[in-house]
Amino acid sequence: MGSAIHVDNVSKRFRLYKEKPESLKERIIRLGRNPSEEFWALQDISLDVVEGETIGLIGQNGSGKSTLLKCISGILRPTSGRITKSGRTAALLELGSGFHPDLTGRENIFLNSSIIGLTKRDTLRIFDDIVSFAELEEFIDLPVKHYSSGMYARLAFAVAVNVEPQLLLIDEVLAVGDEAFQRKCMQRIREFQTEGRTILLVTHGVETVRQICDRAAVLDHGKLISLGEPAEAVLVFRDSLLKREHAGAEEADSKTEQGSTGDEWRKHQQIRITGGSVEYAQLERRFLRAGEPLRVVLQYDAPRRVDDVVFAINIHDQNGNLLFGANTDTINADPGSVEGKGQVVFEFEEVPLLGGIYEISLGVHTHDGGVEYDHRAGEDVIEVLGSGKVAGIVHLPIHVKFDLD
Amino acid sequence: MTVTPESSLPVTDIAARPSPIQRMVGVWRNRELLLNLVRKELKLKYKNSTLGFFWSLLNPALYLVVFTFVFQVVLGSGLPYFAIFFLAGLLPWNLFSGSLGASTSSIVGNAGLIKKVWFPREVLPLSTISAGLVHYFLQLIVLALALAVFRYTPSLEFCLLLPAALITLLLFTAALGLALSALNVYLRDTQHLLELVLLAWFWATPIVYPYTLLSERIGTLALANPLTSIVITFQRAVYNRTSYYDPTTKKTIEILPDESVWWYLRNLGIIASVSFVILIGALVLFGRLEDNFAEEL
Repeated sequence: MGSAIHVDNVSKRFRLYKEKPESLKERIIRLGRNPSEEFWALQDISLDVVEGETIGLIGQNGSGKSTLLKCISGILRPTSGRITKSGRTAALLELGSGFHPDLTGRENIFLNSSIIGLTKRDTLRIFDDIVSFAELEEFIDLPVKHYSSGMYARLAFAVAVNVEPQLLLIDEVLAVGDEAFQRKCMQRIREFQTEGRTILLVTHGVETVRQICDRAAVLDHGKLISLGEPAEAVLVFRDSLLKREHAGAEEADSKTEQGSTGDEWRKHQQIRITGGSVEYAQLERRFLRAGEPLRVVLQYDAPRRVDDVVFAINIHDQNGNLLFGANTDTINADPGSVEGKGQVVFEFEEVPLLGGIYEISLGVHTHDGGVEYDHRAGEDVIEVLGSGKVAGIVHLPIHVKFDLD
Repeated sequence: MTVTPESSLPVTDIAARPSPIQRMVGVWRNRELLLNLVRKELKLKYKNSTLGFFWSLLNPALYLVVFTFVFQVVLGSGLPYFAIFFLAGLLPWNLFSGSLGASTSSIVGNAGLIKKVWFPREVLPLSTISAGLVHYFLQLIVLALALAVFRYTPSLEFCLLLPAALITLLLFTAALGLALSALNVYLRDTQHLLELVLLAWFWATPIVYPYTLLSERIGTLALANPLTSIVITFQRAVYNRTSYYDPTTKKTIEILPDESVWWYLRNLGIIASVSFVILIGALVLFGRLEDNFAEEL
């Protein structure tokens, strides 16, 4: 297997202007004393993507993952380093960025595919596939400005995946469209994988990485801090998030507790989370429907007696938004002191979430939050099957009354 | 669906700046994209107008009316068949100024594309110039009408020069257009400055007045303006006379250089060579400035 993308010591420097001079006058006035700051968005990144594999790029906002993807697609030119790639590339950095609102769907398909590098003959051959994939047969001769955002996204994705790229670069665009279309996109990506095409995917969704990636790379402040098995990368990513949280907490808190951050606190660990799992109402199912109850089980091990203890649970969506956060203090349930192995069960009477995958993270800390004994994320996820009839993330029970005269 | 074996795929170092030659090859490879962009531009231009492409014809027609009125009626210039003379020079000028203006703003105007999709960026300014060429051919209808109305015959011999003149003009426009489109990303004043420069340039080029008026005063220095050599070739071919007899002053008045085809061709050759050198320089400049397009936009 050859390498599809070879990234060799790539660095990218951005200049940040405090006030960006744009006119000639301003340029002349500021000549010589340009108030710019240098910022390295990427530092010595080396990465080999083997032909046919799917690599996920994860990292916090501003870690440089999108910059790297742009460099690989050719949109940005690295400040130093080499990038070689082979084969036709389709980059999905933003859906429909090549579309013109006044042109019809048909015209946009031809324009868009020629931007990606297809000949007219190629486009004619795949035209019907694109239209049927996008499910836009009836609207294809309508200007795209009349399309709904979902139709727009479908058309854009359909063009990108039907041009048969050897290399597909995707930047967080899978989160568009309805659930059915998302499933279709995922299925298409799986087809791509079985056909031996190479995919590089930027995502926030840890679950996406686990589900479809062969390997994952973690970027942190422009540096590649991990490259390997998805599960391993996810842990590194969580760790980097955690460190940032700790760093933030420390800055806010002037009385920096020794041993509350980094590897230090591991040594002082008096209580450990040994497992976390989600139990659905119907045990044979691995998902729940909106409104059904749910149990989350936290297993711990405290070798020594611990008096000051609080158990916490957080539920995040795949974009990292906190949907719910609580601990035994906030729900008035003090475990008292713990010793030895045990488990804490969080019981939800109902989970008013719509379809999707939600991540749980568990924690154990002191009452004042000063010492965190342990923190586990990504042990399990909550999978909710949506009805697809209502949109959004929260299931709000709703009734309609018509007051008719 | 099959995946092409790796050996047959082009391997490119996309972090390196392509050479001017590679760029030209790249444009050729992307000729279909170029044509599609031209098609898009033309479609959008006339999409929501009732008169459609007649607007393109109205522009030179209106110019013709205004300038005929000012020069023939108000100023009393005796140039016979002024309409033919004027249109012969105005149309290539319109091609030049229209394309240059459009290509200068082409990169900034397509910021959305530049930031999100990769393709050879030089295709954008070049496509606006190609669209300008299409307009030029449309506007030739006005000239053809004028020729028909006056039953006027152009010089067949000099008409053979027109393809060369057109190519020279396109080469020169492309060279400037590429450089200015890239500069405009960094200095947004460029497009405003260009409008003023084009206004001055129009009057510095013998379009509404004959070349001889200029050469009498500054001699062959008049040919230092690349547009002059190009415009007088068009005029020589279409207007097909180098002087006229003015009955009021009883004098023969020179209009265009009474030189051979070769003299005109030589001038074009010089301009074309210079344009080619500028084009190479413009491609190098474009390549350097291109590095930060996506960030600056």
